[in-house]
Amino acid sequence: MKVMRLAGLMRKETYEILRDPSSIAIAFVLPLVLLLIFGYGVSLDARSISIAEVVEHPTQLTASFLAELQHSPWFRPTVYSDEGSAEQALMHGRADAIISLRSDFTRLSYSSGSAPVRLTVNGVDANQARIIENYVNGTWLLWLQQEATRQGTRLATPVVADTRVWFNPSLRSRDYLIPGLIAIIMTLIGALLTALVVAREWERGTMEGIMVTPVTTTEILLGKLIPYSAMGMGGMMMSTAMAVFLFDVPLRGSLLVLFSTAALFLLTALGMGLVISVLARSQFVAAMIAIVTTFLPAFILSGFLFDIRSMPEIIQVLTHIVAARYFVTMLQSSFLAGDIWSVILPNAFGMAILCAVFLGIALFRFRKRLD
Amino acid sequence: MQSTLIRAGRIDMDAVVVRNLSKSFGKGVGRRDALKSISLQLPLGTMTAFIGPDGAGKTTLMRLLAGILTPDAGEIRVLGHLLPKEALTLQSQIGYMPQHFGLYEDLTVEENLNLFADLHGIPHGMREGRFAELLTMTALGPFRKRLAGQLSGGMKQKLGLACTLIHPPQLLLLDEASVGVDPISRRELWSIIQQQVVGQKVTVLLSTAYMDEAERCDHVVLLHEGEILAQGNPAQLAAPFQGHAFVLENVPTAPRNLQSRVAQLTGVVDTVIQGDGLRIVMQEPRPPVLRDDLAPFGTPKAVPARLEDAFVSLLFRRTPRHLIPLPTHRDTSQDDATVVVVKDLYRYFGAFLAVNNISFSVRKGEIFGLLGANGAGKSTTFRMLCGLLPSSSGTLRVAGVDLRTATASARARIGYVSQKFSLYGSLSVRQNLSFFSAAYGLENRRRKERMAWALEELELKDYTAMNAGSLPLGYKQRLALACALMHEPSILFLDEPTSGVDPLARREFWARVNALAAGGTTCLVTTHFMEEAEYCDHLVLMSLGEILAQGTPTEIKDMVRRPDLPKPSMEDAFISLIEEHELTSRRAS
Repeated sequence: MKVMRLAGLMRKETYEILRDPSSIAIAFVLPLVLLLIFGYGVSLDARSISIAEVVEHPTQLTASFLAELQHSPWFRPTVYSDEGSAEQALMHGRADAIISLRSDFTRLSYSSGSAPVRLTVNGVDANQARIIENYVNGTWLLWLQQEATRQGTRLATPVVADTRVWFNPSLRSRDYLIPGLIAIIMTLIGALLTALVVAREWERGTMEGIMVTPVTTTEILLGKLIPYSAMGMGGMMMSTAMAVFLFDVPLRGSLLVLFSTAALFLLTALGMGLVISVLARSQFVAAMIAIVTTFLPAFILSGFLFDIRSMPEIIQVLTHIVAARYFVTMLQSSFLAGDIWSVILPNAFGMAILCAVFLGIALFRFRKRLD
Repeated sequence: MQSTLIRAGRIDMDAVVVRNLSKSFGKGVGRRDALKSISLQLPLGTMTAFIGPDGAGKTTLMRLLAGILTPDAGEIRVLGHLLPKEALTLQSQIGYMPQHFGLYEDLTVEENLNLFADLHGIPHGMREGRFAELLTMTALGPFRKRLAGQLSGGMKQKLGLACTLIHPPQLLLLDEASVGVDPISRRELWSIIQQQVVGQKVTVLLSTAYMDEAERCDHVVLLHEGEILAQGNPAQLAAPFQGHAFVLENVPTAPRNLQSRVAQLTGVVDTVIQGDGLRIVMQEPRPPVLRDDLAPFGTPKAVPARLEDAFVSLLFRRTPRHLIPLPTHRDTSQDDATVVVVKDLYRYFGAFLAVNNISFSVRKGEIFGLLGANGAGKSTTFRMLCGLLPSSSGTLRVAGVDLRTATASARARIGYVSQKFSLYGSLSVRQNLSFFSAAYGLENRRRKERMAWALEELELKDYTAMNAGSLPLGYKQRLALACALMHEPSILFLDEPTSGVDPLARREFWARVNALAAGGTTCLVTTHFMEEAEYCDHLVLMSLGEILAQGTPTEIKDMVRRPDLPKPSMEDAFISLIEEHELTSRRAS
């Protein structure tokens, strides 16, 4: 390896970055747009759930419970006169759930252990259904407590849960979605940057030109890796700033740990891009492969949206080769918990192995050959 | 010092030694042999040209010699290095200019030079002198700070050559370096290459489609379908064909009609319009017999054979030429009517003036040529004539229809063959024809008729089921022509149809255009091959968006006829007209 050749290649790459807007678009505009869309668009919190209420025998107690529902920010209740019409509303999508208070509601509330509240939830969206169930439960428990204090202990309260949420006390799903999202975005831009710029060199014929010079494969690869790592880190910094200042996500870990892990991850993502560029010599194909093999697995298998522990075992094993899996965990702990070394170290180790594998494949398979 | 010593030590060595070299691409049914066990030996300090039709294996051979392809079998030794094992060592001693030399378009001229200087490890102290030398040689000095992407085609090619010469190479590999380059830049490129050979004793290997370039080399290798058909110096190659070449001098106007009739005679291998005469190459060393109505053109005079004659004759033995018969009847309605009128035409792209006040008209049944270098505005003019691009201002009438108001009805009467291969590569020949006739709205019966006509007339019958993408280049072109002719257009636009096409396929293509024009179809053609201009009835010479000259080929050549240049070629005319134009525009500014 010769410093002059590497420096020459890096200088060339820098000029191209500065003069051709496409890589700047990938590194800065893409994360900006994706963060805005997903940051504002994706939320796992349910708001304004339309709920159908059916009360068979109205009393003061049922009115009190209904008022509690009415006051909650989560619900938009509508009263129906009978079960039949409420079910109709559920069928037609006008209601997400039905709460029915049976005629013996008041009596049972005072005597036996539990009051007969029936909750019927539209289970088509299982995730939404579970959220509604939890919210109604929470509201029910809250109401029971309030009634108990107001009336002395005459109400038969079941076990009252004393919930305390750690790390994300306001339970804003955005706070853990945004760090995960940053990981997904970095996967995409890392892989796209290198895959596209190398494919572009094949397309324009510049690769054939520099091949027949004393330049080595290592120099060609490093000449891509170093400038685009810098670009990617710029994108990372911008995303972090957006998370903290725009979306008010707390940042509890140190910046040093955050950016060191990001650098390691970026190197892995760029490595994936280089492996893709060994296979694809047109920008279109490279972009397709990059999206299908890096972005989609990162989205689905990283634990960003779907809990890895609830996946089938074989898929769980498979998630270990998705680099974003480690980065999502690290980012979530960096943002929400702080520098937890028992989380950082094993995940960094997993990522380092993947990084070595990808860069190794790129170096081994990238040849100064046209065939 | 050291390098000269090494050079001196190797002076009696061969630059290239190739033994039983084979290379194929693809697997299974798609497998194609690019090179079939060829052997070569080229001495140091010589200049060698690889010539041959498309797909002969020229580029593959170049790439193998540059160490960027791995051979299937055989031995390659370049400058004493065994390939592909010692490719890296070799690559520090050679300069290689690929066919589509990709300069970094976002880098300036100087930054490109610096990059290649870095890659070749030239110390910074030595650069300035070398850059100055190369920039003077290529006349790129004033454009040092200009982005490579903003250079003209010829300038890009010169910059590419300068980049490969930064580190003075012992061996220079040039793959079709002058394709698509205007005659002026081509001359400059050649003078640089020759300087390297004479001054620096560089060994040069080049592939080319221009026979006059090959003729200037010490050694010529004729490749055909991966085999070496012949090799030797140009005179040696032409020697067996001495006595086969004849010229009919002082042919009257429109020599192309005479040409297509002479081409039908038995024993004729090749006919080329050259200056005011017709050059004829015979299969046997006997002059052609001109009988009946051809008799008034006099007796053919014997002339010395040249490399091109050998090229055509050698390939003729392998694959006999297709005779393209002239049509028996001619659509004589509205003969001599003006079918295309262009008046005061302008076209801007932003602030850039691509077409600057041009006017011309085309008569029915003419072959009308637009000549010019890359970026002269030919393709832009064409696209406006086809209604693909609106004009900024000016009159455009095609087939009696004003293109500003009735694009669609004009389009139904024109056919367009674009610069690039624009057929569906994964459809078969028949499917392509069927698709295009449907696109032109031919109803069922007529579609069948036209498809049968196309397969018959353009000799595509043996290829109906083959995918267009895997056709040989010459056939692709025939298919493109067939598709453009499905709706029997009265005007045909051909945009650089012969770019990157070998001399044989070019001849065949022109014979077809000739036959079409004889049948009454008006043909408008753009080209940067100057010798093709001779086939046209009328010419327009364009440069930088303006018309420099127009008239018949003879009229244009007459413009530059001087005592010291009694018989100017079209290329001479082009160069002196452009130089004159550049001088006047410089004086004006």
